[in-house]
Amino acid sequence: MNPGSKKTLVVLLFIALLVGPVIYIRSHQRVRGALEANEALERYGLSLEEVSVASGIDFVHTPPKVDGKLANIEPQIASMGAAVSVVDFDRDGLYDFYVTNSAPGSKNRLYRNLGGGKFIDVAEAMGVADLNQPGTGSCTGTVWGDYDNDGYDDLLVYKWGKPELFHNEQGHGFTRVTEGSGLPAWVNAGTATWVDYDRDGKLDLFIGGYWPDDVHLEKLPNTRIMPDSFEYANNGGHCYLLRNLGGGHFADVTKEVGLTSTRWKLAVIAADFNNDGWPDLFVSNDYGISEFYLNEPGPDGHRHFRDIGRESGIARNPKSGMNASVGDVLNSGALAIYQSNISEEGVLVQGNNLWMPSAPGATTFTNMASVMGVELGGWSFGAQFGDLNNDGFLDLYLVNGYVSGKPRTTYWYDFSEITGGNSKIISDAKNWPDMKGRSLSGFQHKRLWLNSGDGKFSEVSQAVGATDTFDGRSVALADFENRGVLDVLVANQGGRLLLYHTTVKPGRDWIEFELEGKGSNRDAYGAAVRVKWNGQEQLQEVVAASGYSSQNMHRLHFGLGEKAKVDQITIRWPDGREQVVAAPAINTIHHLQEAP
Amino acid sequence: MSVALDQTRSASPAVAPANKWKDVFTFNNRFLPPVLITGILLVGELEYGMLESWGRTGLAIATSILLELILAKSLTGKWPHLASAYISGISVGILVRSPFYWPYALCSALSITSKYVLRWDGKHLCNPSNFGLSVMFFLYPAAMASLSIQWGNSLWPMLVVWALGSIIIYRLKRFHICFTYVVSFLALSYVRSLVTGHPYFASIAPLTGPMYQLFVFFMITDPKTTVKPRWGQCVVAALVAVAEMIFRLGEDVHAPYYALFVVGPAARVVEILHARWTKKTLPAQPEAAR
Repeated sequence: MNPGSKKTLVVLLFIALLVGPVIYIRSHQRVRGALEANEALERYGLSLEEVSVASGIDFVHTPPKVDGKLANIEPQIASMGAAVSVVDFDRDGLYDFYVTNSAPGSKNRLYRNLGGGKFIDVAEAMGVADLNQPGTGSCTGTVWGDYDNDGYDDLLVYKWGKPELFHNEQGHGFTRVTEGSGLPAWVNAGTATWVDYDRDGKLDLFIGGYWPDDVHLEKLPNTRIMPDSFEYANNGGHCYLLRNLGGGHFADVTKEVGLTSTRWKLAVIAADFNNDGWPDLFVSNDYGISEFYLNEPGPDGHRHFRDIGRESGIARNPKSGMNASVGDVLNSGALAIYQSNISEEGVLVQGNNLWMPSAPGATTFTNMASVMGVELGGWSFGAQFGDLNNDGFLDLYLVNGYVSGKPRTTYWYDFSEITGGNSKIISDAKNWPDMKGRSLSGFQHKRLWLNSGDGKFSEVSQAVGATDTFDGRSVALADFENRGVLDVLVANQGGRLLLYHTTVKPGRDWIEFELEGKGSNRDAYGAAVRVKWNGQEQLQEVVAASGYSSQNMHRLHFGLGEKAKVDQITIRWPDGREQVVAAPAINTIHHLQEAP
Repeated sequence: MSVALDQTRSASPAVAPANKWKDVFTFNNRFLPPVLITGILLVGELEYGMLESWGRTGLAIATSILLELILAKSLTGKWPHLASAYISGISVGILVRSPFYWPYALCSALSITSKYVLRWDGKHLCNPSNFGLSVMFFLYPAAMASLSIQWGNSLWPMLVVWALGSIIIYRLKRFHICFTYVVSFLALSYVRSLVTGHPYFASIAPLTGPMYQLFVFFMITDPKTTVKPRWGQCVVAALVAVAEMIFRLGEDVHAPYYALFVVGPAARVVEILHARWTKKTLPAQPEAAR
């Protein structure tokens, strides 16, 4: 080949590299527009309809108020607090839910399920409404757990402020029992969960701090409160592990068990990742790496948490973790972890993480989000796994959107400029450019990724009816009408609470399990259920907190696909005992009680 | 990115026997830039988890080197020195942030290929990795972004890299370019903060991160794509800072890349045209004298 031909070939190669991939990618981009409900049902096996108003839900979240010194970036600072948790607080067999507000003086709501898709707010009557009183901080989330095993779930309300504990008086009301319980006086909490970490049958409490503990956002002495790095911040709040001593008393054992982190914690999930029967902890941190704690026997004979984040692969890349949820996405008997992060086109593409264990029970993980198609979700917050179309595989619902300010404006340039700076610059709020009402990843479309079962998810949110563009924070899944279908609750920052009613293609089977511990904690938090059907097996675990500032219904829901026949289920109760139930009926809610 | 390799090659003339031992124990300048960037990579990743993954960065380096070998051998008939391709690959591997693998390979491929295509008078016009990165940022914003990570929470790693990099660049006789650019950036940041009303510290914040250190030490100093005269290099560095300020006022997050993308080749074109004009006019002078 002569030199001229070679040069021509190289030029052609260059042109091909320049335009070829663009043409390929644009021609393969599939935009799924909205479909009629029937068409969505036929094509994807489900359709969603937003029914909050028709259901009697008219809640609108109001953000926290912060010190005037932070006025330049107030929308960012006051960007959390919308949270929702599902509970059957009165044990009438219908799931209710609790939603937080955050502005001073604003009221939280407890929506009782009246059946037939109707709800009514009973928070005032039950004594759990007025929790944003000035000077006490603003609510950021709630988590339910029966800490005294009396049969009724009690309520922890965590705040950027003073956490509050309420005892459930058999569904007739709540008694504030914070004083003397041993809860810390002030935690700028981003997350919390109930977990029986020492398997003594009593639920203990983990609380994860976000802002440093001495920060009171309503009244600040100065503006040096920001993270000291966008990726390596270590100046956040403390975490707390409060051991349940019984009688409504908790002892702070944080240091004894090895939890010393001061990262900016936004989500925690307690689950048994290494199949040893003891609940481990995955903590999703903003401004840095996540943490993965194995629950092990300590040198003093007590349980101890060892952070193996780095060796597990989970804590290698610092990102902006905002979610922690688990699911057996391949029906392989292994729990994957979903951590949401930030992705903004052209500016910051962190990508969300789907941490798949190398084998069931293994403690080394690989991020498979890109391969499986659940990576790009905008400025992502809460996400939950659940089989929304009952096809036998766990799908993934994700909410997103950070600050929706003025439409068609963006603060991203300023944000990226300051967050690239050294700690001395970034940690002082006065150095942050004024937002001037601009948006920062606002008005984003949510994601509903359907699991095909072969290792790929496909995004169908717009097609099936999840079309809102609020600043989503917390999402929770529950079968509100006991029909074997998961509905979707979404708490939006500064926006309406949404309830998406799900319709599933007829003919798809399901099975649900309501577990009650006897020797174990009554909520059976930590119990693992394996369902074998039609040659498949799926693992789910009963957890308290899941996602971002949210809690799904306590009952485990398994979609089974068509013509299902369940061979058996195996329950490993939190105290380690196993129970096998052969051939349980499908399309049925099973109430299973642990043998005493 | 292929910093200061021209000078380093010419800095190794036939060595007198007396200097042989000295030469053995003297670190050859041509290896300094690869060593510096490898050091930044290793410290950044091992200490701060700077990379998206080793695999992605490895892919960028491998693509870059492989393509350089193929293109150089087939177009020039010679095996190339691989330091330049290594630096281009490693730069792409550090500066691209993407959850996917393909942007790393494509960006490296575009960078290396541009060296052999975008040429005039036998010289390439664009800094290879800056070209690749700029094109990728423009065409694939949904798939990739630029490195935005920091040197941990401490000032020290940043200062050490600035100091070490400056010494190496000084030894390579290109410190004046970096110095001019940094001073211009600091001064123009003040102008920007006056225009936008933003705090000055916010405007200079990017300069404290590794991305800018790579940009300053490895992109704007590339001898293959900078003009020849020392004063011209300073002017171009200042013009890059000015163009960057304009992009920044337009709130473009890839301002430095695009500034060099525009100013770098334009300066080379002006230099080539000026050289041609001088060549044309010089022979005419004796005629005019008669």
